[in-house]
Amino acid sequence: MTGPSPFIRLEDVRKSFGAVRALQGVDLSCSAGECIGLVGHNGAGKSTLMNLLAGVFGAEGRMAIDGEDVGGRHTVASAQAQGIRCVFQELSLCPNLTVAENARVMHRALKGFGWRKRAGALITAKLDQVFPGHGIGASDIVGDLPIARRQMVEIARAFTVTDAPARLVILDEPTSSLDAHQASQLLAYVRRFVAEGGAVVLISHLLGEILAAADRVVVMKDGRVVAERPASEFTRSSLVAAMGTVAREEAEERAAVTGRRGGDAPTRVRARAAAGGVDLIAHRGEIVGLAGLGGQGQSEMLIRIFDAARRTVPGITVEGGSALVAGDRQTDGVFPLWSIAENITITSLNRLKRGILIDSGKTDAMAEDWKARIGIRTPDIHNPILSLSGGNQQKALFARALGSTAETVLMDDPMRGVDIGTKQEVYGMIRAEAERGRTFLWYTTEMDELKHCDHVYVFRDQRIVADLSRAELTEERVLHASFEEVA
Amino acid sequence: MRLTARQLRTLLPALSLVVLLAAIFYLQPRAMSYVGFNLMLNLAIPIALATVAQMCVITVNDLDLSIGTYVGFVACVGATLLSGGMGALPVVKELQASGALPATLPWIMQTPLVGVVALVFGIAVYAALGALIHWRNLPSIVVTLGMSFVWLGLSVLILPVPGGQAPAFLRSLMTLKPAYIPFPIIAAIVIAILANLLLMHTSYGAVLRGAGGNPKAIERAGWSLLKVKMTMFALAGFFGMLAGLSLVGLTTSGDANIALRYTLLSIAGVILGGGEFVGGRISPVGAVIGAVTLTLAGSFLSFMRISPDWQIGAQGAILIIVLAARTLIDRAERRR
Repeated sequence: MTGPSPFIRLEDVRKSFGAVRALQGVDLSCSAGECIGLVGHNGAGKSTLMNLLAGVFGAEGRMAIDGEDVGGRHTVASAQAQGIRCVFQELSLCPNLTVAENARVMHRALKGFGWRKRAGALITAKLDQVFPGHGIGASDIVGDLPIARRQMVEIARAFTVTDAPARLVILDEPTSSLDAHQASQLLAYVRRFVAEGGAVVLISHLLGEILAAADRVVVMKDGRVVAERPASEFTRSSLVAAMGTVAREEAEERAAVTGRRGGDAPTRVRARAAAGGVDLIAHRGEIVGLAGLGGQGQSEMLIRIFDAARRTVPGITVEGGSALVAGDRQTDGVFPLWSIAENITITSLNRLKRGILIDSGKTDAMAEDWKARIGIRTPDIHNPILSLSGGNQQKALFARALGSTAETVLMDDPMRGVDIGTKQEVYGMIRAEAERGRTFLWYTTEMDELKHCDHVYVFRDQRIVADLSRAELTEERVLHASFEEVA
Repeated sequence: MRLTARQLRTLLPALSLVVLLAAIFYLQPRAMSYVGFNLMLNLAIPIALATVAQMCVITVNDLDLSIGTYVGFVACVGATLLSGGMGALPVVKELQASGALPATLPWIMQTPLVGVVALVFGIAVYAALGALIHWRNLPSIVVTLGMSFVWLGLSVLILPVPGGQAPAFLRSLMTLKPAYIPFPIIAAIVIAILANLLLMHTSYGAVLRGAGGNPKAIERAGWSLLKVKMTMFALAGFFGMLAGLSLVGLTTSGDANIALRYTLLSIAGVILGGGEFVGGRISPVGAVIGAVTLTLAGSFLSFMRISPDWQIGAQGAILIIVLAARTLIDRAERRR
């Protein structure tokens, strides 16, 4: 596309994880001497694409390096030998090792007598080059460094060169922990690296960074590339517009739903986000959405509200108890060795006792009741929970929360990996429970789910940055608030 | 100020050893002599080696519950196969007595090489365990707990009743009397330096420890975690073998149950020496000091005239005191 022979070319690349199609036919080429900005909402497929380039896993489709097809033979080791380096979003340094030892872990050539000294000199020289005045010593233990310095070490390490060259460096949210000065140092270095003939793929939620550093911007949505143009042809708002597509049809659809935010309904939850901002307020019978990009403090907020129902948490008041529906079913949700009935009744056991013992008649009655009400597809509620499909397991978790006496139900992105049919059933159930006076706080990264909410708060950087009523809610507005930058 | 807390933490194992030594010398000034040190620290050598073995496994976030019976197995092999070949096995001797085997055995039944093969087999089994734990993603506690019964069974097969005889070279090595400095002290220093070089100073050692700190990062950097696990378990098998051989050199005869206590002692030694169960944070020098401290704790309690029945409990109390001190330091560090 840009040069005669691109360094890397992907053609019609597809990748699925179970039922989730992360990449649905992506074409991308990347040449020496250019910086590609990669943007997109959560789950657009950016990280999958990056792992693919790094050789973490393979995918269907063609992938060529230097014009040579490497499909199927691309591994972490061969990617490294070809000079592809990655800075992953979650830090991939070993916290128990020193800065120099972490450099050694990446470079096989650093061995033999005096390796420690050479590794230290290598990483310190690169740190001096990228982040002048960094204040990091080669013998510092990484775990003792503050997060910004750890990220600096990780970035500098990706650019260090021993036996294999650094030809393509992929930076996934490299500035998320850096301050403005360090971020500008990095972007300046990226430009110098590109000018010297290197290639960079920059993934960032900070659109200003992308527009400033990239030559070409690639916009992804739902596992596809939806726009690809020189950075100079994009503006902030045209980028945001490219990320969302269905902004238009919504207006009519929305008119039908009247906002039910009654001024007279009693307040159930009032909470202040960790970093301040607007207060979150939820009334009786309301469905409140917590939106924004992933990991901007929504889950933390739900957990703090959950805690506040049991003990005093400053800045948060909750009336009438709360129950949580976990998003990560496998780690936070189900008791994998228990039956469906046991999983449903666990939070309500206090009401299902006879003396000090569990009354199995009462627990079975409750489980049967919820099985019927919520439509859990199983011949017997005493079957193990893992005999259910993912969607039905999630239904059991909903039954657990709804079956409790809690007036407020907190939902931490509960629909992850649930099929569309089950989703519709659960949406209907949430509606019905809300009519009956329950309050729902719903963290979701899916735009479609926000449409079921009466009110939406957008989170960025641990704070609420937008407070949208049902009538004001559009995908564009949510995206704008999610990506907004400090001027 | 933050640095001093870290330094204090690193110095804690050495400090506890000094405090313990001071207390012993106060109670029994005559212990401060060549003979005294020899007597008190003799058994520290096998314990220190077993502790280093345990540390190798803890580095990669696993735990070895079979190290005690493994050391016992090595001791039994040392007291029989390694000194007199298969001819030294009680089973073979019985067969000879009943006339099923001739009085003079062929060369293959007498060569101590069989013992060497058995020891290499032990290390190979350890490496295979590491591979198994990594491949099948099994909890190491379960695998090694099972293995502890296997080692014990093998030991009983080799030596149904305590007996056998340690090879002469082991006995003479363990009873060396160098001038001025008692042998156990030299041995402990050599073990500490070797283990430190191996894990803290070689370039592959950094990768091995990194696998405990962030296995994903090591994998993404293109290293084989399988190889790392196998290396660490094989190292554990190697140091465990040295522990068993030094133990049989001291006791001169073998016994399947000789080292059952080593499993817990070695874990305690690693932790006492500043290591942590997860995260690859270890200190080879600290581990050796920890093992010596635990050994001396026994002597100290004897000097206090505390009955042996209470000694294990008292050792536990010492462990709790040192770990409490460490937690206090950590907390002070975090508050800053």
